[in-house]
Amino acid sequence: MTPFATLSNASSVSWDAIPQKTPENMCSSIAEAMANGARICSFFGLPSDNSISLNSGSKTIELVAVLAHDTEDALSVIRSMPFSGSFPSLTPDHPQAHLFERLIFEEHGLTPTGHPWLKPVRKTETNAPRNSPFFEVAGSEIHEVAVGPVHAGIIEPGHFRFQCTGEKVHHLEIALGYQHRGIEAALTGGPFPSGIKQIEALAGDTSVAHTTAYATNLEVLSGTEAPLQAQWVRAIALELERLANHTGDIGALANDVAFLPTSSACGRIRGDFLNLTALICGNRFGRSLVTPGGCRYDLEPERACRLRERLLVSLSEVEQAARWLWESSSSRARFERIGTLTPDDAARMGMVGPAVRACGLVRDVRFDHPAGWHRFAQIPVSVWPDGDVQARARVRWLEIRQSGEFLKEQLAAAPGGPLITPMPPLMPDTLAVTLVEGWRGEVCHVAITDHQGRLRTCKVTDPSFHNWTGLALAMRNQAISDFPICNKSFNLSYCGFDL
Amino acid sequence: MSTFDVLFHRIQTGCETIAYPDGPAPALPDRHGGALQLDSTRCMDTCHACMDICPTQAIRRTRENGIELDLGRCLFCGSCVEVCPTQAITPTNNHRMAVRKKDDLILGSGARSQLRLAEDLGSRLIALLGRSIRLRQVSAGGCNACEADVNVLGTIGWDLGRFGIQFVASPRHADGILITGPVSKAMELALRKTWDAIPEPKIAIAVGSCAISGGPFHANPETHAGADGIIPIDLYIPGCPPHPLTILDGLLRVLGKLKNSASEHAE
Ligand code: SF4
Ligand code: SF4
Repeated sequence: MTPFATLSNASSVSWDAIPQKTPENMCSSIAEAMANGARICSFFGLPSDNSISLNSGSKTIELVAVLAHDTEDALSVIRSMPFSGSFPSLTPDHPQAHLFERLIFEEHGLTPTGHPWLKPVRKTETNAPRNSPFFEVAGSEIHEVAVGPVHAGIIEPGHFRFQCTGEKVHHLEIALGYQHRGIEAALTGGPFPSGIKQIEALAGDTSVAHTTAYATNLEVLSGTEAPLQAQWVRAIALELERLANHTGDIGALANDVAFLPTSSACGRIRGDFLNLTALICGNRFGRSLVTPGGCRYDLEPERACRLRERLLVSLSEVEQAARWLWESSSSRARFERIGTLTPDDAARMGMVGPAVRACGLVRDVRFDHPAGWHRFAQIPVSVWPDGDVQARARVRWLEIRQSGEFLKEQLAAAPGGPLITPMPPLMPDTLAVTLVEGWRGEVCHVAITDHQGRLRTCKVTDPSFHNWTGLALAMRNQAISDFPICNKSFNLSYCGFDL
Repeated sequence: MSTFDVLFHRIQTGCETIAYPDGPAPALPDRHGGALQLDSTRCMDTCHACMDICPTQAIRRTRENGIELDLGRCLFCGSCVEVCPTQAITPTNNHRMAVRKKDDLILGSGARSQLRLAEDLGSRLIALLGRSIRLRQVSAGGCNACEADVNVLGTIGWDLGRFGIQFVASPRHADGILITGPVSKAMELALRKTWDAIPEPKIAIAVGSCAISGGPFHANPETHAGADGIIPIDLYIPGCPPHPLTILDGLLRVLGKLKNSASEHAE
């Protein structure tokens, strides 16, 4: 008898049907499941009195964990009895829990006993996240390099602390929180009409993935489903989002090694992909497209035709620009065997998206946990074995091709029919989970309602939350001058992490 | 082999930079809508459909002026246009939106039914900065889409450098600051320090509804409602995010490289 409630992606389970354990039993059940291949999608606390406040004072807290069993197309949920004080840390055996546990510590004051590096995640009380203690490497030759929060280009804020001897980086610690806008707290008590707008702007380059996850949860919680036509539009927009970002990142990588032909071509083609999203909804970042109950803008046959024509041009241009880069041996020399992650480390850190697929691991929500339109149309998973900067660039490239193929096929396959359905009130005391494969990887939203059908919590895990530690690991024993290309090869989100 | 390929491609494609502002501006996407305009004489006395649906409370009813719409708070979601029963709020399809004073973004009755576009910085500052201006960008709590569309101006399609505008890596090298985001509490200190480090004379530009009014986050206690309570702003560029064309128009306008009348041909 499994100690978990099992559900599939984009579905719900009644709160009472989720097994409730002591914190100790809950953690040992999670550890056991993880030893059998499960990974953490989300792990968080919430006040047990069913009140709607995110940061609780001295009240008791319930922990909730959502795990993914990727080979079984299943998710499982477990929760703890209300408690205060401490719980056994999973981190020493399962390091992918480390940030989740730090966040539980920060938000609710519970101590994960045995956590090796317990400090807040995005707290701002002491003025800025960079004022927290940093891990220091000892030795007279060691010097520390501090970068940020304001960076040298047009980039989001974050603080990086490198421990080096000469050029060589021994350890990198990343302190974020500068983009914290309190989005989860603002969603609590809803759904509010402004909620979808905060979700759109949660990570601005991932608007379609996040709004799809949020809207799907609300649809599931209200016992309805977006019309097929809307699911189709969402799937099209999701791939356009991926195309734009992957193309931009290949260009940015080329730029960082001063290979300008690819960099300047990709810079422009990325804009062309963004303009295709704008062709659907008017906004280059997919704003106002997805809404609870469906979509606000349709992709009519004539518009789909125009989109397809422009798409074909951009796809052949990006094919050419990428070929220049792969054929340039001087660029390859800068990308190969730089910033290497082992498959073992990537799996242990619970990484997601192109970063984990570049370590040869098959992990893709569209394939492992298909929901929405992906139940009818799958996309092959793109993997590359080496785990280095080149592999991450190559996986992006393979995904550009696969997204292109998917779009070419699907643009002709509109199911037609209505675009939006009215939203009934949310069911009370229910938990819903939706995973969406955003261009950086798995976007996870967990929504839980209270007795009156209001949102007790809407817990968001951006792929960057899983992956920032991967970047830190990839920098070990690398030259600090290679940080820019390592960073670009991941291109993680600051605001998606900070919420 | 690939070198020739690249050269051949370059010769074949020629210049990829848009002709604007010498030629016509590229068209906005048909569903974009551009700036909104408001004809409040069409409003019915008891109607508040737009106020109810607006996600950022950009629309309000005042005793003296009737319905007012603040384009600084607007996310350009189009909901008010959809629900208005009398077509009082309509899109203009015009990309030009940058203004010098925040109040100029508030649409109301009569002359205020459209926004009042930015004037240039004045002859003294234009003489100093008009031919070449260097900006430091500070991202402070937004969503990274405003940053993305500022970055786009640096690509070959837009080539911002041809106007003498450049983004630099140190505030000491800068003539001004370009701010995105509502200014999260955690970024307030860094923003102030960056501003203080820029030598006088200097200008400040707020890009996006976040930096102007807090945008979608205007009511969150973890953020400020825009940058102008923290540093004085000389140019407001609305949008969520503003289209690159809107940003470019604002930058050129404030530097006196575009007169209000001179760019009418875009329509
Ligand atoms: S278009 Fe602007 S003013 Fe109208 S509802 Fe949307 S945010 Fe509010
Ligand atoms: S104004 Fe809109 S696009 Fe710009 S940072 Fe804010 S939420 Fe993002």
